[in-house]
Amino acid sequence: MAVIYGATRKGIRLVKGPLLFMEGVLEARFGEVVRIFSEEGREWVGQVLEAGREATVIQVLGDTEGIDVGVIVKFTGETLKLPVAEEMLGRVFSGSGVPIDGGPPVKAEDYRDINGAPINPTMRDYPDEFVETGISAIDGMLSLVRGQKLPIFSESGLPHNQVAAQIARQAVVPGKAERFAIVFAAIGLKHDEVLYFRKQFEEFGALSRSILFLNLANDPVIERIMTPRVALTAAEYLAFDLDMDVLVILTDMTNYCEALRELSAAREEVPSRKGYPGYMYSDLASIYERAGRIKGKAGSITLMPILTMPGGDLTHPIPDLTGYITEGQIFLDYDLFNRGIYPPINVLPSLSRLMKDGVGRGKTREDHMEVSNQLYASYREGTKARELVQIIGEAGLSKRERTYLRFADRFEREFVAQGFRERRPIEETLEIAWDLLAMLPEAELTRISDATIAKYHPKHRGSGEEGPEGKTEIYA
Amino acid sequence: MAVEQEVTGVVSHIKGPIVVADGMRGARIREIVLVGEEKLIGEIVRIEGNRTVIQVYEPTEGMRPGEPVERTGEPLSAELGPGLLGQVLDGLGRPLPKIAEMTGPFITRGIKLPTLPRDVKWSFKPSARVGDRVVPGDVLGTVPEGAVTHKIMVPPNALPGRIVEMAPEGDYTVEEVIAVVESAGGVRQEIKLYHKWPVRMPRPFREKLEPTMLLVTGQRVIDTFFPIVKGGASAIPGGFGTGKTVTLHQVSKWADADVVVYVGCGERGNEMTDLLQHFPKLIDPKTGRPLLERSVLIANTSNMPVPAREASIFIGITYAEYYRDMGLDVVLTADSTSRWAEALRELSSRLEEIPSERGFPAYLPDYIASFYERAGRIKVLGRRDEMGSVAVIGAVSPSGGDLNEPVTQHTMRYVGAFWALDKDLAFKRHFPAINWLKSFSKYVAELKYWWIENTGYDMMEYRERAMEILQKASSLEEVARVVGEAALSDENRLVLLAAEMIREGFLVQNAYHEVDTYCSPKKQAMLLKALVEFYDRARPLVEAGVPMSSIREMSSVGLLMRLKFVPEDEFEEALKEALTKLETEASMLMAEVR
Ligand SMILES: Nc1ncnc2c1ncn2[C@@H]1O[C@H](COP(=O)(O)OP(=O)(O)O)[C@@H](O)[C@H]1O
Ligand SMILES: [Mg+2]
Repeated sequence: MAVIYGATRKGIRLVKGPLLFMEGVLEARFGEVVRIFSEEGREWVGQVLEAGREATVIQVLGDTEGIDVGVIVKFTGETLKLPVAEEMLGRVFSGSGVPIDGGPPVKAEDYRDINGAPINPTMRDYPDEFVETGISAIDGMLSLVRGQKLPIFSESGLPHNQVAAQIARQAVVPGKAERFAIVFAAIGLKHDEVLYFRKQFEEFGALSRSILFLNLANDPVIERIMTPRVALTAAEYLAFDLDMDVLVILTDMTNYCEALRELSAAREEVPSRKGYPGYMYSDLASIYERAGRIKGKAGSITLMPILTMPGGDLTHPIPDLTGYITEGQIFLDYDLFNRGIYPPINVLPSLSRLMKDGVGRGKTREDHMEVSNQLYASYREGTKARELVQIIGEAGLSKRERTYLRFADRFEREFVAQGFRERRPIEETLEIAWDLLAMLPEAELTRISDATIAKYHPKHRGSGEEGPEGKTEIYA
Repeated sequence: MAVEQEVTGVVSHIKGPIVVADGMRGARIREIVLVGEEKLIGEIVRIEGNRTVIQVYEPTEGMRPGEPVERTGEPLSAELGPGLLGQVLDGLGRPLPKIAEMTGPFITRGIKLPTLPRDVKWSFKPSARVGDRVVPGDVLGTVPEGAVTHKIMVPPNALPGRIVEMAPEGDYTVEEVIAVVESAGGVRQEIKLYHKWPVRMPRPFREKLEPTMLLVTGQRVIDTFFPIVKGGASAIPGGFGTGKTVTLHQVSKWADADVVVYVGCGERGNEMTDLLQHFPKLIDPKTGRPLLERSVLIANTSNMPVPAREASIFIGITYAEYYRDMGLDVVLTADSTSRWAEALRELSSRLEEIPSERGFPAYLPDYIASFYERAGRIKVLGRRDEMGSVAVIGAVSPSGGDLNEPVTQHTMRYVGAFWALDKDLAFKRHFPAINWLKSFSKYVAELKYWWIENTGYDMMEYRERAMEILQKASSLEEVARVVGEAALSDENRLVLLAAEMIREGFLVQNAYHEVDTYCSPKKQAMLLKALVEFYDRARPLVEAGVPMSSIREMSSVGLLMRLKFVPEDEFEEALKEALTKLETEASMLMAEVR
């Protein structure tokens, strides 16, 4: 290793986009980091993409402006590593992990390969602890659990940043002593968006418990390939070395995927759908699967990637491949947004795959899952009635359909909608839900068992008290 | 397989998992080689003169030209013997818990571990004697293993001959010789409790048989509407969140098979953890032992090396065939075969082969066939009159949820049952979201007698009736979507109600409900019969002028729809009550209009 370290070479034959093609360098190791120097003393970082006797290919990580065949390449013998330390908390780094807050370099406690290593599936601890976000639509129907990877599927113009910030501000695991941290990765974000998150974190006093990695819209595209990996490397250190519960926000993964496509095109690879490389699934999995819990470790990584669906198209490769990997999705909806509903979460196409393990008796409340299923089914009936109104008018609806129409409206305004600063405990969320369900005839509550109805339905609960007035009569 | 081991090549080029080596004289295609100083496992995928192209199964970061490449002389093989059941293996057959002991929670590369434990002693009971003539497939003795009696057989690639040595009853490790068979030509063949088999080669059998027995999965829409047989093949395609994984988990838990091989191929880590948590706790009603003891789990999750994904399915099917050869019924579930096909695409693209549809190589159909065609019910090798079967169930993850993509389309040609998952049904939380108009099973006709013999009911007849109602309802729903349900005639509205009852009361099955999670064939038959009979009973009422609203309000409607939640031992009673109630209510309504 020592012999190889620092070997320097000339011999670039061709520069093409972010790729340098040079003669075979026997010392070059596949995947190792290189430093590239120009005669004027400028410097770049790159990585060996192909190592061979006859040819070596190097990928420049960052802007290639100014690189020509005259540059000198120095091989470091190392893979891409991030210095990690507890003192990273409260600091701001570039998308490749270099401090950009004017502070000193990090005193590394260790250096970690930014690609991480796969968690042995037999060493995973199944995520099953409810995280209370204080947002009814999520807690009530799309519960987040500690160690889950749950993305926000959004569109440009929708308030996904607010939703993410609200979750970051409000999320707690009830009854658990907190060692909480946020790792925030901006990927190709606009300056004002970054500013927004920074201000939010500052306001609720989380800045000192946060690490920010920022790749802005005007930063090198290729750096975006590193940003989520660098962020997760820091998060793994906090979670599995320092026992912290880490919430990782990656935004916007669409920019990441576009960078991947650009790189793939530069390498002249055969594309799969819409120009994205065929390995995008595995590539995204190598990022998302770093979330989770590990047996015998107190910490966890809960991952919330945000992506804007190009053209709002759910079948686009980016949301599609993400949905195949993550444990559900939270879907933001233009229609709700336009009707003034914040957070504009459409629960129908949304899903939390781990909810069933995180709620219920001893976790939230025994009626939680049934209430959630019933809300879902009833809201769906309501939206169906709404579609019918478009065709035959409200007058053509049956009484039953009209009741559901009212239900859907109230569900959106009272259950889904809430303030940006409003934090609803799960009890309150379930109370609102029961209040709404009480407007339906009991016979329509087919997803809730009789025992649960007897115990929790406002009409039966308490000492002979009536449920909220007038609500059952709507149907009559 | 003796090979001139001394021939060692040299790495000349590394590009991700593709490594080119020079100087590998005598190397054969598909041979396993050990690449680089860390001796990473690789497979030769192409030979061009002096250039040997190798697919490496582990990350190659840090490797440089000039590192050695060692030959092994062997193709990619599976170790077959006692100790497979209950294991959790990676895509190359290495035990993941042992890997964790060595490297902690994160997986590192270059680990060499045999699949079968070498230190465990198995109690072997011989059933053949010195002097016996044996042929491949003949049983030499047995070993109890978890939930099965593991037969130690003369390996398929051995020569027939005479037993010249036989170990007495006792405890042996897999490496100890338990018999010596001498061939007619005088070749002494040492037989151990295990042998190796090349995973890409189907294991031989005597004869392929027509599969005629239902593989009971306890999932109503499958068993009744789109059944799979023991030795059958089926595919379950669907976009994300439509229920592929839950269905495969359900089948793995409830199928009436002797052995289950579950291949988690390029999917979520937590889903393997989920199985690992449940399998040791769930008890197989047939044997009274934990499900884990009849299962082999293979995990190559989406973040584990892609090339091993390609191997994992072949390893899995080889294990399945091995237990089949003992005369057992085996089920192999693979989640997801799309990730496996994509691993092939990635390899093909790195080899710069000419891409065909969506970047997949032109030989994709053959590749898919090479997996599904290893399913089947067979007469085993050797001189015993035993049958065994391997049923294969593969999830397919079409990109964008579009079933017209190549993997789904080619898979469709090689399977007997096709469970098309439907996003709209999943959005409605109608699970299993198997679309009854787009799915098929070619085994239905053959199973008519199975149902009559095993449940006493002519289930396939109710199936046909129910299907008619469902089909009619689906075209009526189209109409109702435009004019509203209120505009339909009462006859038609009754069809909609009957269909709703079949959907909610039969097709929808909650995997997480204590009772509903499994439904015996007999209960399925009685339930569907009752639901179809409801329609027959209500029709005359409508014809006589009873308004639909009154029919809907009969309490027996709700009772029938909730019968599925009644435990098996109380079911017949509850069914009788519901039918009596229906009769009373129907007569009363009839009396009112008369
Ligand atoms: N039979 C079922 N019963 C209840 N819920 C189901 C069933 N099948 C699927 N689901 C629900 O659908 C979700 C997604 O199912 P899953 O099998 O993970 O989908 P896929 O593998 O197709 O992405 C599950 O988390 C569960 O909530
Ligand atoms: Mg799945």
